[in-house]
Amino acid sequence: MRVMVVWCPDWSVVAALEESDRSLRSPAAVMHANLVEVCNGPARDEGVRRGQRRRDAQARCPELLLLPANPDRDARAFEPVLAIIEDLRPGVAALRPGLLAVRAPGSWYGTETQAAAVASQALVEGGVWDVRVGIADDLFTAEQAARSADVQSWVVVEEGGSAAFLRELPVHVLQDEGPRGRELVSLLTRLGLRTLGDLADLPGDAVEHRLGTYGAAVRRRARGEDQALFAARTPPPELEAEVVFETPLDNVEAITFSVRTTAERFITQLAHHQLVATAVRVEAETEGVVCSSRAWLHPRHFNARDLVDRVHWQLQGAGSTSRGGAALRGRKQSGEVRAPVDRVRFVPETVEPAAAHGEALWGTASDDLVERGVARVQGMVGFEAVRRPVLQGGRSPAARQALVPWGERAVDLRPVDRPWPGRVPGPAPVRVFATPPAAEVVDDAGREVRMTDRGVVTGELCRFRVRDAAEALPWQPVTAWAGPWPTDEGWWSAGAGPSARFQVVGADGRAWLLLRAPEGWALEAGYD
Amino acid sequence: MSSARSVAALDEQRATVEQLRAKVAAMEQTVAGEPVPTLPGLSDIVPMQAGATYAVDSASLALALAAGASRAGEWVGFAGCGDFGVEAASELGIELARTVLVPDPGEHWLEVTAALVDVLRVVVLRPPASVTDRAAGVLDSRLRTRSAVLVVHGAWPRAAARLSVESSTWFGPTSGSGRLVERRASIAVQRGARPPVRAELTWPGVQRVDRPMVGIRQPADGRAG
Repeated sequence: MRVMVVWCPDWSVVAALEESDRSLRSPAAVMHANLVEVCNGPARDEGVRRGQRRRDAQARCPELLLLPANPDRDARAFEPVLAIIEDLRPGVAALRPGLLAVRAPGSWYGTETQAAAVASQALVEGGVWDVRVGIADDLFTAEQAARSADVQSWVVVEEGGSAAFLRELPVHVLQDEGPRGRELVSLLTRLGLRTLGDLADLPGDAVEHRLGTYGAAVRRRARGEDQALFAARTPPPELEAEVVFETPLDNVEAITFSVRTTAERFITQLAHHQLVATAVRVEAETEGVVCSSRAWLHPRHFNARDLVDRVHWQLQGAGSTSRGGAALRGRKQSGEVRAPVDRVRFVPETVEPAAAHGEALWGTASDDLVERGVARVQGMVGFEAVRRPVLQGGRSPAARQALVPWGERAVDLRPVDRPWPGRVPGPAPVRVFATPPAAEVVDDAGREVRMTDRGVVTGELCRFRVRDAAEALPWQPVTAWAGPWPTDEGWWSAGAGPSARFQVVGADGRAWLLLRAPEGWALEAGYD
Repeated sequence: MSSARSVAALDEQRATVEQLRAKVAAMEQTVAGEPVPTLPGLSDIVPMQAGATYAVDSASLALALAAGASRAGEWVGFAGCGDFGVEAASELGIELARTVLVPDPGEHWLEVTAALVDVLRVVVLRPPASVTDRAAGVLDSRLRTRSAVLVVHGAWPRAAARLSVESSTWFGPTSGSGRLVERRASIAVQRGARPPVRAELTWPGVQRVDRPMVGIRQPADGRAG
């Protein structure tokens, strides 16, 4: 069996640089436990080496970019590479991120050299610049062949030529096999064995006695007798679903109606793998160009009807932006999209095992009814207009709550269970104004009450009024007040500045929460 | 029997099968006139009935009327309340996971409220400044066939009962010290042309402080919540 190995050197660095959108030519190193784990070519030119301490590496190369180690990221970034090779020849095995093996394509591409050329060309076209390919009789030889190849080049070891190829290699090639390999290299150099050929010439039982089973395995490999096999992976299932409209559709209602069966197929094939989708990206294409793409999160998981609704909202929203982006739409003007859509695709972004989302034994029939009714309201006034209230942590009443669009998951909420020093005690206000109307508060001499820089209130709160169209309060005396509760939030990033809150009871017995900010007074909330 | 969830002991005088049949029938169809759960402090002065409209003049009363149903496991909704206080609602026992908000329905407020009334149990509406008789009539007729209650915070042509705050006192703060602790308010409930019924309520928690005055009609049926 002939084996082809594709090696992308310094893969951790390549993956990290690509994720942070930096040039692959800048010197960079992936650090783990304060030591250089992997570094790239430009960094090596400056004298950075694996195993160096961070301080030493930075002394050699001050502009060295330090990246955190993340095996998951490396594996994730390697996935497209696997897919590219899988297109050429199925049965790909990922040995580790940056290194893959596949049974060498035989005569399909002509000769093995041509097969290597095709593979390397496909990867370069796929955006992987540094690719080296090796083909040999066994896995170890193929890997060494790939490592000895140049950038975007290949080395083919003839059939039966493994032992001869490996003879001349220095024992240091074993260093890439981890700590065990490094230990063995150190021992072999001290014993005076410089090349793999020196090790291969020693008698087998003597090697096993002196170097153990690992040493014996290395000797067998050095003789080209390695029979290690690799387990080819099963390609991940294709979970996307798409629908093509032969005649492009330009009406939201028609599109929504036509994607129904596709949405059902999408959900069913997920269910077939015992999965449910909690985040789905909906893409609509016009003449091969994605004209609308949005990721939707679901508080529980999507069913077919939810998906159809999301398509409706997304396309309707995309159409309305050209008319000024009004949140509210009249019935007559809704319905058209900007350009005829000829393809709608559902891409699962997050899938979870269905077992984690089991329904209660008694079902949720009445909740379903509510979901349907709310979806109808969303159809009338737009997706964002229907909200679900949630609590979050904060100091002002407005910061302590969030209104999440119905059908979306709440993300980036501040934790409630923290102390939040400086928040106003007492019962929570019933009315919390989204945009606090400006207010005026004066003391008994009619001067505006202020706060000094040291947080001192300049006078007794005596009268107040609000001159706002929506929430107008005429001048009225303050019968009781409490406070101040000073806060100075976000002072490190140009926040609101030092401000203080007061609970104020008016002459009519109604209580209000007033905020004194540097700009002036504002009515933040009402208690009844 | 206020809702399908309340379980009362069977009456021994009547046939068990007959009573169970009646219960199943009550579960299968909800008709207008069925009682809607109300907070204990309000249940005797404002016994809410499905299909009716109640008018209130303060946001805290609107919250209190919705809280009883939400505590009993029903869905509630708020339309046009752009200044909804989430924390206060949660403190009063409103289950936020079963709450729908439409903060700004704009010109579609009538359609939105009608759609909410179809699926929710209590809908609190803050209507725009002018409500025509016709618009109110549309909602009223929709309400009659549903098992929902409409609570209107603001002006409304017809209502089964109008709740208004006659006087309100806050305890706790003085001149610059203390904090808001408790509110005591005198509530008047006006039903049609009858003389108004008054009650003293305290916040937070909406509790009654004294027994209702003489002459108040006690509801005949028991109330669960």
